[in-house]
Amino acid sequence: MAANNMRHALFCAIVTLIISFPILGLSLEAKGVNITLSGAKTSTYVAIVLAAVAVFVFQIFRDTFMGALGKLPNLNPLAGREPMEQTKRVKLESWLLTGIVVFALFWPFLVSRGSVDLATLVLIYIMLALGLNVVVGLAGLLDLGYVAFYAVGAYTFALLSQYTGISFWMALPIGALLAGLTGMILGFPVLRLRGDYLAIVTLGFGEIIRILLNNWTTLTGGPNGIGGIPEPTLFGMEFGRRVKEEGNTSFHETFGIAYSGEHKVIFLYLIALVLAVITALIIRRFMRMPVGRAWEALREDEIAARSLGLSRTAVKLSAFTIGAFFAGFAGTVFASKQGFISPESFVFLESAIILAIVVLGGMGSQLGVILAAIAVTILPELAREFSEYRMLIFGAAMVLMMVWRPQGLLPVRRIQITLNKQG
Amino acid sequence: MSMLVLEDVHTHYGKIEALHGVSVEVNKGEIVSLIGANGAGKTTLLMTVCGMPQASSGRIILEGRDITNEPTAQIMRSGLAIVPEGRRIFSGLTVEENLHMGGFFTSKSEIRKNQAHVYELFPRLKEREHQRAGTMSGGEQQMLAIGRALMSNPHMIILDEPSLGLAPLIIKQIFEIIGHLRDEGITVFLVEQNAHQALHLADRGYVLETGKIRLHDTGKNLLENPDVQNAYLGG
Ligand SMILES: Nc1ncnc2c1ncn2[C@@H]1O[C@H](COP(=O)(O)OP(=O)(O)O)[C@@H](O)[C@H]1O
Ligand SMILES: [Mg+2]
Repeated sequence: MAANNMRHALFCAIVTLIISFPILGLSLEAKGVNITLSGAKTSTYVAIVLAAVAVFVFQIFRDTFMGALGKLPNLNPLAGREPMEQTKRVKLESWLLTGIVVFALFWPFLVSRGSVDLATLVLIYIMLALGLNVVVGLAGLLDLGYVAFYAVGAYTFALLSQYTGISFWMALPIGALLAGLTGMILGFPVLRLRGDYLAIVTLGFGEIIRILLNNWTTLTGGPNGIGGIPEPTLFGMEFGRRVKEEGNTSFHETFGIAYSGEHKVIFLYLIALVLAVITALIIRRFMRMPVGRAWEALREDEIAARSLGLSRTAVKLSAFTIGAFFAGFAGTVFASKQGFISPESFVFLESAIILAIVVLGGMGSQLGVILAAIAVTILPELAREFSEYRMLIFGAAMVLMMVWRPQGLLPVRRIQITLNKQG
Repeated sequence: MSMLVLEDVHTHYGKIEALHGVSVEVNKGEIVSLIGANGAGKTTLLMTVCGMPQASSGRIILEGRDITNEPTAQIMRSGLAIVPEGRRIFSGLTVEENLHMGGFFTSKSEIRKNQAHVYELFPRLKEREHQRAGTMSGGEQQMLAIGRALMSNPHMIILDEPSLGLAPLIIKQIFEIIGHLRDEGITVFLVEQNAHQALHLADRGYVLETGKIRLHDTGKNLLENPDVQNAYLGG
């Protein structure tokens, strides 16, 4: 056992050296037209060796360390207690959610423009994660190409605005419906697949959509993207300095106040907030309807669910379609917020981040998803001062999180799995 | 009047044939027991009736309707219910939610009525109404599986080894309930390893051996049959 640990630790240390040396220890420098390879400072080499030693020590004491980590006091006040009764739990969650929404309504007036802008992005991620939560958390279908439906929503608005001059409010339902339709069409052939296979095929679909957008240059502008996507209006009032669309008025002139760029940012934030709340409420409604229970039933035991007369395809397809619908919803908001979109916004990493939010949130609970969306979006921003290390810190935070609370922040149903330690 | 007829049914798992031409008939209002050793194909036979897997040849007729090639969802919405092997309750859902799943295709008022009826049959379930089903004992879970099956107003109920792994007292209770179901007019097709009790309760019985029906007779005659006694009743 000990020898085994030692060998493993040595191996890890060597891997650390092999990986870090070329990445940190060597650098390419452009001198005129020539590129030269040069070494780094001595201190960097010392740091690399120290890192390898640290990895070695950590691996040797890994079991003790991870054990201690698992025993950290649980910050979740509900964790230690008996699982709360379902109805009580739902009530508490509703109250907390209401509290968060009320706070979120007033908050933008107190903070900087940058924070509000970031918060709008958080809200978009909340919409996406709530939608994916239906697919992954409730129906148990691992969808790795969710970003495709987000792209469909965003591009629907971008293209329609470019070719027909459609407004945000018209595009919102169209984008969502088209994304839902895409979900249904893509879902139909693939939903008979299970687990890993479904994950791979959906991953493929996500990439296909992105590559399509990238290469169909005549329609989508390819990698150059589409710009000039209009912002939402408030009853025909625009938030820009000058009115762009004929027939519209401008917000600041109507109310006789000075123009401020902040109005627009706050307005966008509030729209995103309202839409996120609507998303949460609609999905909550679904969860309590028989179809919501059918999703869970099929996830828990497919044979039992089928033996009760549930159609596997219909149940899975409904979850997939509804998930896609809300991705399209979020996509439209995103396009409007950015004013410019390109395929780069819809890469696999986006699917992975949304999935991470759902898993961190505890697969199923809406409050958990919302907290996780905030954490996952804000954490990399907070870590921005660590510049190139921020993804590393983000990754480390995720690993720690999975060790500390493998079932997510607020698991919807307490699933207890105990591994037998003897043996 | 026959409730369910299987005519020369063959079932395959991939290339392997698990049922080699099985013919079974269950009349309305009867309890019919199917006994057989482990791996004889009992579960396969029941699941073939439900369409998962589908029979590769032969005919299955439920209440006069040929269901051989119907999809599972359609078969299970037409008066047939199954209590599957290993119970297969939804352990993350509450007892009540499990029951509601059973009545998925009935109206709200039917659900209310049937739920009350199930609680009458199994008062224990009423006590545990809001508890997660997975946290209950094996016997309670089996009661829930039966209750869930009853929620769809079935004309016929199929039970796959309902006594498996349960304490004798609970088994007795379960068999009493099965008898009671017949009195309510529900046709019962019962698979059991517990041959003694199953044949005792049954009007008629079938013996399945390696995918073929070896014997069929009244429950009483089978109990007295020396071959059956040797093979399934412990001599
Ligand atoms: N899903 C399956 N795939 C392949 N073979 C199976 C499957 N289920 C059962 N079998 C095989 O079919 C035969 C009958 O099994 P089963 O119907 O479960 O028997 P019983 O219920 O009488 O114990 C066995 O040989 C078993 O190995
Ligand atoms: Mg069996």
